[in-house]
Amino acid sequence: MESLAKNLVPRLIEARGDHLLEDWLRLQRGAGALRGGQISESELVDQSRRFLAAFRHGVESGELDDASGPGWSDARSMLDELSGSRATLGFTPSETAIFVFSLKEPLFALLTAELAGKADAIQEIWVVSRLLDKLGLFTTEVHQRRREEVIIRQQEELLELSTPVIQLWQGVLALPLIGTLDSSRTQIVMQTLLEQIVASGAEIAIIDITGVPTVDTLVAQHLIKTVSAARLMGADCILSGIRPAIAQTIVHLGLELGIVSKATMADAFALALRRLGKAVANRSPMIARMEKENDDG
Amino acid sequence: MGEIPILKIGGCLLVTIQVDMHDRMAMALQDDLAQKIVATRAGGVIIDISALEIVDSFIGRMLNNIAAIARVLDAVTVVVGMQPAVAITLVELGLTLTGVRTALNVEKGLSIIRRTIDGGTELAGREA
Repeated sequence: MESLAKNLVPRLIEARGDHLLEDWLRLQRGAGALRGGQISESELVDQSRRFLAAFRHGVESGELDDASGPGWSDARSMLDELSGSRATLGFTPSETAIFVFSLKEPLFALLTAELAGKADAIQEIWVVSRLLDKLGLFTTEVHQRRREEVIIRQQEELLELSTPVIQLWQGVLALPLIGTLDSSRTQIVMQTLLEQIVASGAEIAIIDITGVPTVDTLVAQHLIKTVSAARLMGADCILSGIRPAIAQTIVHLGLELGIVSKATMADAFALALRRLGKAVANRSPMIARMEKENDDG
Repeated sequence: MGEIPILKIGGCLLVTIQVDMHDRMAMALQDDLAQKIVATRAGGVIIDISALEIVDSFIGRMLNNIAAIARVLDAVTVVVGMQPAVAITLVELGLTLTGVRTALNVEKGLSIIRRTIDGGTELAGREA
């Protein structure tokens, strides 16, 4: 059965478009669509006008059962953009979807008035309602997708942030680990450490686990892997920053790390210097005085 | 396929592996190396694998074997120049080459061997 809506809706938008737009905007404002000025009035009017045009175009294409067809590509790209920008601004999914759903009320009012007395009025309204529902769900989906993209990006940033390799001295690298070690992080830690070993020609790497909240068998295994890989590259590792509670856990779990460990990074650094045959010494008072005079004068 | 050259530098033997190894080549290398260590009375063997992009369990075992043979003949073995990706793969395979010493490059490998030969037991004591 050829639906009346195909011709009726475009005709109504053509004839009563301004009236429809006004009612719709009033409803959107009532639902808090401006969100205290995060979207400007003119922006909202522009978005609403564009969606109305795209909706009309979609209905004219005759694809009244399926909002994913080519006839609706305008409407979809418009909603994609809108939903994306609102997700970035921090709108909730319902605040985003209300944009589409609030069009129902004024549009149905128009349709009811137009179709009054006709037998299949309900049928026509049902078709339009289903379309708007699909478009509304589409905005929610886009909104969700954008949020997920943000989460994934943040995860990646966190991964990069949390794996610095620092050169403490010629031939000594430090790797302060912060946060839980899972396998994907271990992979990155290992890679950056090995690359730095090659780049700096380091012979000693200090792995500091002060920032690692817990050490279980899995984390220990990851640590051992990192140390073994560094050793294969010709660098020895020293473990530092084992907190008392973690030391107890390691013993209770019966883990054998097989790595030289020191309580603090300072101790580990001292050991590294000793292995390299270097020493930190107090300056003699006379040299200190001479340097001070140089600096002052 | 030609055999792998073994170069003598000072009291060291230098082996650079640049092609993919297969069984017969590995056996030949072990054989040659054992002969050379005895003939030159070398105190150290450096195996440079910086050109290898893939090291499998077979080569891993070969390296362990060479180190064991050299140890019996009183020579230190140092594997040098392992690529980061190779190191990660070996660790994932569970091959940590515990019996072999390692260094970043030939230069550092040479200095390890020199230290070991000069220091003898003193160095071993310090490392522990």
